[in-house]
Amino acid sequence: MSETPLTAGIVRGSPARSLSDYTAAGGYEGLRAALKMSPPEVQQVVKDSNLRGRGGAGFPTGVKWGFVPLEEPGIDPGRGSLKPKYVVANCDEMEPGTFKDRLLIWGDPHQVIEGMIIAAHAIDANAGYIFVRWAYQEGANRLQRAIVEAKAKGLLGDNILGSGFSFQLHVHTSAGRYICGEETALLNSLEGRRPNPRFRPPFPALQGLWDRPTLIQNIETLACVPHILANGAEWFNDLGAGRDAGTKLYGVSGKVRRPGTYELPIGVTTRELIEEHCGGMQDGLEAKATIPGGASTMYMRPDEFDLPLDFTSLAEADNRLGTAGVMVFDNRTCLVGATLNLEHFFAQESCGWCTPCRDGLPWVEDLLRDIEEGRGKAGDVELLSKEMALIAPNSFCALALGAEGPVRSVIEKFRHELDEHVHRGGCPFEPPALPAIGGAA
Amino acid sequence: MLSDQERTELDELRTHYQTARAASVTVMKFLQAGRGYLSDESMRDVADYLQLPLIDLEGLATFYNLLFRKPVGDRVILLCDSVSCWMCGYGHIRDHLKGRLGIGFGETTPDNRFTLLPMVCLGDCDHAPVMMVGQKLHGDLTPDKVDRVLLGAARDGGATEDV
Ligand SMILES: Cc1cc2nc3c(=O)[nH]c(=O)nc-3n(C[C@H](O)[C@H](O)[C@H](O)COP(=O)(O)O)c2cc1C
Ligand code: SF4
Ligand code: FES
Repeated sequence: MSETPLTAGIVRGSPARSLSDYTAAGGYEGLRAALKMSPPEVQQVVKDSNLRGRGGAGFPTGVKWGFVPLEEPGIDPGRGSLKPKYVVANCDEMEPGTFKDRLLIWGDPHQVIEGMIIAAHAIDANAGYIFVRWAYQEGANRLQRAIVEAKAKGLLGDNILGSGFSFQLHVHTSAGRYICGEETALLNSLEGRRPNPRFRPPFPALQGLWDRPTLIQNIETLACVPHILANGAEWFNDLGAGRDAGTKLYGVSGKVRRPGTYELPIGVTTRELIEEHCGGMQDGLEAKATIPGGASTMYMRPDEFDLPLDFTSLAEADNRLGTAGVMVFDNRTCLVGATLNLEHFFAQESCGWCTPCRDGLPWVEDLLRDIEEGRGKAGDVELLSKEMALIAPNSFCALALGAEGPVRSVIEKFRHELDEHVHRGGCPFEPPALPAIGGAA
Repeated sequence: MLSDQERTELDELRTHYQTARAASVTVMKFLQAGRGYLSDESMRDVADYLQLPLIDLEGLATFYNLLFRKPVGDRVILLCDSVSCWMCGYGHIRDHLKGRLGIGFGETTPDNRFTLLPMVCLGDCDHAPVMMVGQKLHGDLTPDKVDRVLLGAARDGGATEDV
């Protein structure tokens, strides 16, 4: 039993692990175990494992499975089947600083597929879709080839391993928009509708894809599932270093010596991540700040680098683990410039459905650009703070809340950088340079 | 009008989708790959083929970043302008690309070989700065590496997408 179950079988830069290599290493044993259990029993194992969603929100996975209605044989025979029911894997992965699911679909597609089949059995779904962003077409091809392999061996399709359970799986590649990662926008996108988010309730567990009960999970969440079924809930709990369970893929980018994706016990600290795993900072640079979980989480200062990077600890620190895409900013990087870049992203990717987000975020971007480029006036930081606080609470989906994170935290934690821009009438930093060393782990 | 070959291939793609509407993005991507971009005529072809209102398809074509309603060159260069690439010298790569190609963002070279577009995070931030040329990803960019990639892409003419 590996301490890095998700990545132990992945050889970076190589073709995907084949079905024979995957099964030789114990692959599809989790599925075999699950098929011997009833759907509620599988749900209970996942609940006991304390697995939390790796897509950003950290919602308890087993609890979510319990929201999907299950047929209760004999209790309501007149009601008819609840099918079709769907499982959808979310591989939109477009949040800046996030690149962990790429590794999983490139390196070990069977692990994700096995996780989906187990999830399908747990809610008694009959069909599934893997939603892949456009830029990951090669990863989608690898998933597609793995599906063909699995079908040929009776692991997928009709009457899986003779159990009587059937599940059809399809891969869909999108055409690129960040909002498609929001789960209800994703459903609209899959249906071929304009991908604006949907109103909740009804929640997708009851009325999702084509209004049928639908379970939506992140790729990494699904990749954890086979190991939990094969090795047990307790084993998974023990993998965590902090107060959450399992390992976590930390994707580190920025000016560290060895950026890359690291599978570590969930709850590693930022300091350990940078110093022990990424080889420290590049020559002559110091870490000034991080963003711990993709563009929509809050800046952290070095005095927070000993906090465990898990869902529970970061929530207590008014932050979020998000996608665990850790961006490391050095002392020569302007955080006003970085925040401007982030808000440009959110303003551009706003789906346009509701006015506070569609019109408010470009306004925030413009004000940040004024400050960055020397047109900031006294009182602008207060104005920025006040206006930003109005946007998210009045917006329709969590994209706007994500956009608030960097702005609010740069004001709270790096106010002096904003002030210095205003006082000097411009940016005190040089434009970012190319890395001194190339090549990642 | 759809060619016979286009129709045959689309009939196959269509089988992967439960409804005509669900197939619409895939059908548009297919025509764009073969014809370069989605012209007004291509949009009408999609609407006829799927029996869907043109306005609905227009709503999708204008929504997604990677459906092109205007002509593009043989190769589309997507340069990541998100935060990790920005921090790792995206600006230098942008200026170098613009200088080499003699065009700005949203423009196509006069020989029609390259179109240059800014793109959100390409999910390869540990190799920042990053760009895609066609379907191929290029990371750890330096001005030298950009020159080599451009030369290579120009040589194989951009007729096929190399994955
Ligand atoms: C704007 C936005 C973008 C999102 N993008 C993604 C994404 O690319 N991948 C993902 O798994 N979840 C994404 N999410 C979260 C999903 O809505 C959803 O919570 C998640 O897929 C559930 O899976 P999990 O419970 O396994 O984390 C996004 C949310 C928002 C608001
Ligand atoms: S908050 Fe933004 S992204 Fe979400 S629905 Fe409103 S406009 Fe669209
Ligand atoms: S920020 Fe450029 S690839 Fe992610």
